[in-house]
Amino acid sequence: MPKSVICYINQFFAGVGGEEKAGIEPYIVEGTLGPTMAIDKALKDANVTYTIVCGDNFMGSNTEEAVDRIIKMIEDKPMDAFVAGPAFQAGRYTVACGAICKAVQEKFHVPAVTSFNEETPGVDMYKKDVVIFKGGNSAAKMRKDVPKMIGYLNKVLAGEPTLGADAEGYFARGMRKEVFLENKHENTAAARGVDMLLKKIKGEPYQTELVIPKRDVVPIADPIADLSKATVALVTSGGIVPVDNPDRIQSASATRWGRYDISKLDALPNRASNGFKTIHAGYDPAAADADPNVCVPVDAMRAYEKEGKLGHLHEYFYSTVGTGTTEGEAARMASEMIPFLKEGHVDGIILTST
Amino acid sequence: MVKVFERAGFPVVHMCNLVPVSTTVGANRIVPTISIPYPLGDPNTPKEEQWKLRYHRVGVALDALATPITEQTVFKVKI
Repeated sequence: MPKSVICYINQFFAGVGGEEKAGIEPYIVEGTLGPTMAIDKALKDANVTYTIVCGDNFMGSNTEEAVDRIIKMIEDKPMDAFVAGPAFQAGRYTVACGAICKAVQEKFHVPAVTSFNEETPGVDMYKKDVVIFKGGNSAAKMRKDVPKMIGYLNKVLAGEPTLGADAEGYFARGMRKEVFLENKHENTAAARGVDMLLKKIKGEPYQTELVIPKRDVVPIADPIADLSKATVALVTSGGIVPVDNPDRIQSASATRWGRYDISKLDALPNRASNGFKTIHAGYDPAAADADPNVCVPVDAMRAYEKEGKLGHLHEYFYSTVGTGTTEGEAARMASEMIPFLKEGHVDGIILTST
Repeated sequence: MVKVFERAGFPVVHMCNLVPVSTTVGANRIVPTISIPYPLGDPNTPKEEQWKLRYHRVGVALDALATPITEQTVFKVKI
């Protein structure tokens, strides 16, 4: 009898809608839907029996509830494996896929797989727990990403040996699996170690068998000593810009940023009054267009300034778009902002993200 | 961005909804917001309520900037 695989996709891939539907609650349908059809085709002795759909914002903002509800939906259904995504370079979708895969495999002890692009937050958050395939940066890569991920799952379901992270194409989980090598001298740990050492001495390339993952931690900056004398700046990755977007910041995968004078404003005027709007393509703009202070809280900062709790709000706020933007580009843009922040004698920063 | 600012010596508070993302990326001071499309004010609630929430959470963020910490900290909000 063919095995049963249950899939998870977001509202976009389910064809429900884009950002305006990102708040929809989870539901389940029988059989395939959208991209899970391709997953079904790639499966060997298994079928996609159910597809779960959930909005990315619902999952992001109510993770525990969303996961609980999904677990309840599937606990009475036969399931031999679970597949989420592929999520490509969609940040929130990757976090959603990681969360649900982790929960499902912990609760039901079935293999769960997913696929993300390496420039997404889901990778670092879940690669230790979940088999995440290295995916493309857009849905155009579906045809490559699905066979890679499902080819591996077919082996797991058939009980065949798999080759490990690099050879299969998923992110290393930092796990070591014992394998037996042929019983001969060159295969012993001592011989392998000495080989490596000789290569190291000769300056030749070698690959350690135990990679220690690096974590990029930043030393904690000293706090502001006296807030009532301090200047604080607002920075956002929420894409708030003057309505004409003078710096032509991109709506996704941004490489540009801008800074905008707020020295004469008590609050950010909205789009309708020709003030500020969001150009961020990764969330529903309605709320931020109607009141940009929900993203860049100039009004609240002014209130604290008037009360004397805060010395001074920096004359400019700084803005770019955080969706699909690589860590490298984000770091570069932040470095470019620093000379301006220093020139403005900024003592601390509030960075709002969407 | 948060890390680049902090490395340059600026204390920085990350106000965001997806707190686990922020902790994984490595922000040191974090204040949660209420959602992705409207971090600091739910448009389905009255203006006064939105203002109260925003005023409160921005206040927590300012206090966070002035608070000495020894490890990554998610600051508590009341509303």
